[in-house]
Amino acid sequence: MTTTLEHPALPEPAILPDFTKPLPSREGDRIIQFREALREAMSEEMRKDSRIFLMGEEVAQYNGAYKISQGMLDEFGPLRIIDSPISENGFAGLAVGAAMYGLRPIIEFMSWSFSLVAADQILNNVPKMLYMSGGQWGCPVVFRGNDGAGGQLGSTHSWCVEGLYANVPGVKIVIPSNPYDAKGLLKTAIADPDPVFFLESERMLGDKAHVPPEEYYIPFGQAALLREGKDCTIVSFGRPVNFCLEADEALRAEGIECDVLDMRTIRPLDIDSIIASVKKTGRIVVVDQCWPFASVASEVVTQVIERAFDWLDHQPLRVNTEDVPTPYSKVLEAEYLPNPRKIAAAVRKTLAS
Amino acid sequence: MAQMTTETHSGSPHRKARTHRVSDSLPGETLITWLRDMLLIREFENRCAQAYQQAKIGGFCHLYTGQEAVAVGTIQSLERDDPIVTAYRDHGHALARGMDPGACMAEMFGKITGCAKGKGGSMHMFDKPNWLFGGHGIVGAQTPLGTGLAFAARYEWEVMGKPCPNPGVKPGDKPKKKVSLAYLGDGALNQGALHEAMNLAGLYSLPVIYVVENNGYSMGTAIERGTTMAHDLRKKADAYGIRGEIIDGFDVIDLYDDFKPLVDWCRENQRPAFVDLKTYRYLGHSMSDPQKYRTKEEVDQFKGKDSIDRLASQLMGERKGKDGKPILSEARFTEIQTEVKEAVRKAMDFAEESPTPDVEAELYSDVFINPQPNLSPTRDYIHGVKNPLL
Repeated sequence: MTTTLEHPALPEPAILPDFTKPLPSREGDRIIQFREALREAMSEEMRKDSRIFLMGEEVAQYNGAYKISQGMLDEFGPLRIIDSPISENGFAGLAVGAAMYGLRPIIEFMSWSFSLVAADQILNNVPKMLYMSGGQWGCPVVFRGNDGAGGQLGSTHSWCVEGLYANVPGVKIVIPSNPYDAKGLLKTAIADPDPVFFLESERMLGDKAHVPPEEYYIPFGQAALLREGKDCTIVSFGRPVNFCLEADEALRAEGIECDVLDMRTIRPLDIDSIIASVKKTGRIVVVDQCWPFASVASEVVTQVIERAFDWLDHQPLRVNTEDVPTPYSKVLEAEYLPNPRKIAAAVRKTLAS
Repeated sequence: MAQMTTETHSGSPHRKARTHRVSDSLPGETLITWLRDMLLIREFENRCAQAYQQAKIGGFCHLYTGQEAVAVGTIQSLERDDPIVTAYRDHGHALARGMDPGACMAEMFGKITGCAKGKGGSMHMFDKPNWLFGGHGIVGAQTPLGTGLAFAARYEWEVMGKPCPNPGVKPGDKPKKKVSLAYLGDGALNQGALHEAMNLAGLYSLPVIYVVENNGYSMGTAIERGTTMAHDLRKKADAYGIRGEIIDGFDVIDLYDDFKPLVDWCRENQRPAFVDLKTYRYLGHSMSDPQKYRTKEEVDQFKGKDSIDRLASQLMGERKGKDGKPILSEARFTEIQTEVKEAVRKAMDFAEESPTPDVEAELYSDVFINPQPNLSPTRDYIHGVKNPLL
C-alpha cells in the first residue's frame, strides 16, 4: 500500500514506498558487499525515475573513488552519472538549484569530511529552503558519502559529521550499520521528498551480508533491536553498532545480556524504542563515533532522562570517541575510537553495585 | 577617497556598433510598462525606507533605489518560464518579475500574507508562480543555485525529454530551451561559490547568465579595493571559458539592446555568460549605513544619470509612435505616477492590515515536506497554512 504525499512544494505528488509491507528476511545466501548494496539502491531508483542523477568526484569514469558507483556510467550514461571537479560547495549548490527546479539529485561526497567546505550550501540552503520560502520550495537532495575515521587518515579526513549536522532542523540523517539496512534505507532516502544526509563508512564498504533480491524500503525512525537482553540497553548507530555486537558477545559469556539497538536514523530518532528498552533494563550505554561534547549521544541521554528518569537504576553512560582531534598513529587511533572493550566496560559499570 | 565617476563607471565605452536595435520592434506600450515597473520599484523602496524607520520592517533591509533599470531590463529579456535567482537586494527583482507588491511588503512586515508567510523577510523573497527562486542572504551562495537551475533546465530536455511539472506546464508540453539568471553584487565576485559555479557552468555548458549588478561597492568597500581586474571583470569569466560582456545599466533600452541578444545566444547555444552590469545604488548598503565611504557629489553625479528620468524623457521626447507623436504624453506620465503611488499605498495598507502568522500553526510548519514522528525532541512538525502565493 503506497501512500501519496501532496504538498505545495512538490511539483507533483510524491509516491511514498509501502512501509506496511513486512521487510524480507535478513537470512539468506545472496551475499554482497555494502558498496554493492548502495549501488543497487541507487540503480533501482534511477531505473524508475529519470529525475534522479548521481554527481560527485570520480563517480563516473573512475567508477567511484570507493567503487560504489562501479558500472553505473555504463548503464545510465554521462548525463546522469556525472563527474564533478573538486568543488563541493559548487556542486552541492548546483544540486540545491536542480532539486528546487524539480530534479532528484544524489550527491556523493568522497568523504563527509569534505562536506565542510560545502557547509554554506548544505547547512544554510538545504535544510532551510522550505521554511525560508514559506513552503514553496523543498530541497529533495540525498547527500551521501563516507563518514568517520577511515583508518589512519588523520584529523582532517576522519570527520563524524552527525554531531554537527544533527543540530540543524530540516534534514533527515541516516546512518546504516550493515549492507541490508544500507540498501533499504538508501532507497527510502531517495524516495523521500525531504533532504537526507546519508552517512556511510569507508571501513564498512567491504562488509558482506545477505541482501535480498526483492525491492524493500526501510522506514526512517525505526530502530532495529539486534540483540535482546534484560540487563542493559546499548544504543548505537552506524559503524559502532558492530562494536556493540562484539561487546555484547563478550558480555554474554559473563552472563550479562543486553538489548542492542541500532538506531539506523538519527533524525528521526526512534526514542520510543530506546525508552521501551530502558524501562525494561533500567540502564543505558550510548555508543557514538562523534566527540562527546554536544553529541548525538548527549541528545539521546538527555531525552532518556526527560522521559524515563524514574526507571533508571544507574546514570546513563556514553562511549564516544576521545575528545581530541583524530590521531594518525595506528595505536593512538585505535584507542581514540569507541571499541568493544570500552563498551563492555561501560555496561559493567552500569551493573556494578 | 577615490571618486567614482559616471565616465569611469559606465558600460558605454564598451558598446559595440549596432546594426540594429532589438528594442526597435518593441511596441510603445511595452516601454511604458517598463517605465511603470521602474517607477513602482522606486516608490516601493521609498515606502520601505519609511516603514523601516517606523520599525514596521525589522532585520536587514537593502534597497534597490538607483538600480531599477537592471532588474526591469534583464527580466524583460527573458521568457516567463526562465528561472531566476538573486541575492538579498531583491525587492526590485521580485516586483519586476511580477510579485504582488502587497505580498512583498507583507513579507517584510512579517505577516502571514507575505510571499514566504513572514518566514523569510526582506532578504528572502521567493515567488514560485513567478519563477523567482529566492533572494538569498549569503553573498554569492545563490550563484551555484542559478547554475543548478540551468543544469535542471538543460537536463529536462536532454535527459527527461519532458518538462518537470512546474507552474505553467501543461500535460503534453515539450521541454524548451531555457536560460537561468543568477544575479549577484560586485561583492560576490570574491566568493569561492561564484568561481566554483562558473567553472561548473563552463565545464557542463549550462545556460546560465551571471549578472553582476556592479554598483561599485561591496557594502563600504570600493570595487577596486576588493577585487582584482576591476577595470575589466570579463577577465574573470575568460578563465572559465565563459562569454563576458560589459553592459551599461543606466539606460534600460540600451541595456535591453545589449542583454536580449545575449540571452538569445545563451538559449540557442546552451552556454553560460557573465555580465558586468554597471549600475549605482543611491542609498546605503542597507538601512543602517552612514555612507562615509563615498561623497555626496559622487552620488549626485549618478543621480543626474537616473535611469527612470532618462526613460521618461525618451518616451516623452525622441521616441515617437506611428503617428509621429511621442509615445508618452505628460498627462499619461502623471497618471502612471499616481497609479504607482496608489498601488504602493495599497500594498502598505495590505501589509499593515494583514494578520501576523499564527504561532502554533506556523512556527513548526514548513520544516519538512514529509514530517515524521521524532524528528525533533521538542516538537512534532505540523502543516501550517498553504502559502498564499500558491
